[in-house]
Amino acid sequence: MPETQRVPIKLKVNGKLSELEVEPRMLLVEMIREALDLTGTHVGCDTSFCGACTVLLNGLPVKSCTVFAVQADQGEVLTVEGLACQDELHPIQQAFVIQHGLQCGYCTPGMEISAYYLLSKNPSPSEKDIRKAIAGNTCRCTGYQNILRAIETAAEMMRR
Amino acid sequence: MYPRPFHYHRASSLKEAATLLAELGEEARPLAGGQSLIPLMKLRFANPSHLVDLNFIPGLSYVKQDAGTFRFGPLTRHAEVEHSEIAARIPIIHDCAAGIADVQVRNRGTMAGSLAEADPSGDWAPVLLTLETQVCCLGPKGERPVPLAQFIEDAYTTVLDPDELISEIAVKAPPTNSGGAYLGFKRCAPVYPSAAVAVQLTMEDGLCREARIYLAAVGLTPIRASEAEAALAGRPIDPQTTRAAAEAARATADPQPDMRGSADFKRQLIFTLTQRAVDVAARRACGEHVEVSHIYA
Ligand SMILES: Cc1cc2nc3c(=O)[nH]c(=O)nc-3n(C[C@H](O)[C@H](O)[C@H](O)COP(=O)(O)OP(=O)(O)OC[C@H]3O[C@@H](n4cnc5c(N)ncnc54)[C@H](O)[C@@H]3O)c2cc1C
Ligand code: FES
Ligand code: FES
Repeated sequence: MPETQRVPIKLKVNGKLSELEVEPRMLLVEMIREALDLTGTHVGCDTSFCGACTVLLNGLPVKSCTVFAVQADQGEVLTVEGLACQDELHPIQQAFVIQHGLQCGYCTPGMEISAYYLLSKNPSPSEKDIRKAIAGNTCRCTGYQNILRAIETAAEMMRR
Repeated sequence: MYPRPFHYHRASSLKEAATLLAELGEEARPLAGGQSLIPLMKLRFANPSHLVDLNFIPGLSYVKQDAGTFRFGPLTRHAEVEHSEIAARIPIIHDCAAGIADVQVRNRGTMAGSLAEADPSGDWAPVLLTLETQVCCLGPKGERPVPLAQFIEDAYTTVLDPDELISEIAVKAPPTNSGGAYLGFKRCAPVYPSAAVAVQLTMEDGLCREARIYLAAVGLTPIRASEAEAALAGRPIDPQTTRAAAEAARATADPQPDMRGSADFKRQLIFTLTQRAVDVAARRACGEHVEVSHIYA
């Protein structure tokens, strides 16, 4: 193996431009957590299953443990830290609080990003739509009922 | 989990990607959606020294219909097929795209990557085998079309040379009196099906003129259920013929017991799924609009 390659990349994370050099094998989630210190995005399974690491890449939800950081070059990333507006929590975050949509909170950042994507496409989702949208996000605590309620409440708040 | 170190190359055209693969040798692999390759690299089951990223090449993600042929690009994602009105003209293709894993995986994973991976549980191969599908393979020496049935040689093995890429997947439009359905049984969204059945039927004067049935995830490659097809051909689709086809499909399945269930359980799944898929396919062949989705445990 020749010497370690480092690739310069330039991307926007939560609206802020970042320029860094990454090893090709660095995963997007590691870049987000370790290079940019945005630890809101969680690593749950690290095997592409649980969705805790979900972020938007160029507007679409992806599992950031299953994308290389170099692939986000020239792109835009939205993490859970990008949801809140200054000091005010995003309606989705408020609704998760109101409806007790979390217990340990491990799945929450990914859930909220999936919910954010859903509600940006479909402001009045049915329960079935919500279930489909979060089918790639595993929660080991809540039994999902309160998460469904939280997303329904968020939808209502955002329609107002 | 980190994969082994590798060198990253970004191709700007498919041709350049093929040339790069030829220059870099057998330790190089193309990177499409990464939804099979990256997990395998993290587990160090796959250890390529070079990755040639196809994701920055413009124009590779498309779904088109020209005359009687549907064309899917080398980087067309499952989600693009799921949401494509053109692809929805072949309902079995929509069933397949919408049922793969979850939103996140469908946003990255590609049809071409799935065929190239030839995972025994992959959804695209059995579905596209019920249709007339050609895989265009592009290498430094040029392009060759390969019928899908010849493309897949074994589990995780295709006819692709190490420096060849899938450049397009071409599917002949089924006749208007033809209908299909793809139904699987899944434990949850982000896993492959425990068993699945793809059925495409052509109906004429109330009789089944032609049946194509492939079984998924119950063999090393998709299995053609020829006896089940014979149980339907030339006959009306009614509870008796459907049951006979489902029994034949159950006998044809060759499942391995694993964490998704015992071999007997999977055979029984094939029986039930075949009955349901034949029913939906026959109704769609007669012009009825039927929505289906996989069955979740
Ligand atoms: C959690 C999870 C659940 C999943 N569930 C399902 C499921 O239910 N059903 C299902 O069918 N699949 C499932 N998959 C797999 C998914 O569909 C993959 O996207 C697909 O198998 C591979 O496509 P890819 O574009 O991601 O390919 P990659 O992972 O990028 O590549 C796979 C292989 O194909 C090669 N390759 C890629 N593109 C080309 C090309 N154009 N020409 C030649 N070779 C190429 C690569 O070098 C590699 O060897 C799942 C994946 C995950 C992570
Ligand atoms: S940590 Fe990425 S899917 Fe679980
Ligand atoms: S709140 Fe604990 S995993 Fe969802």
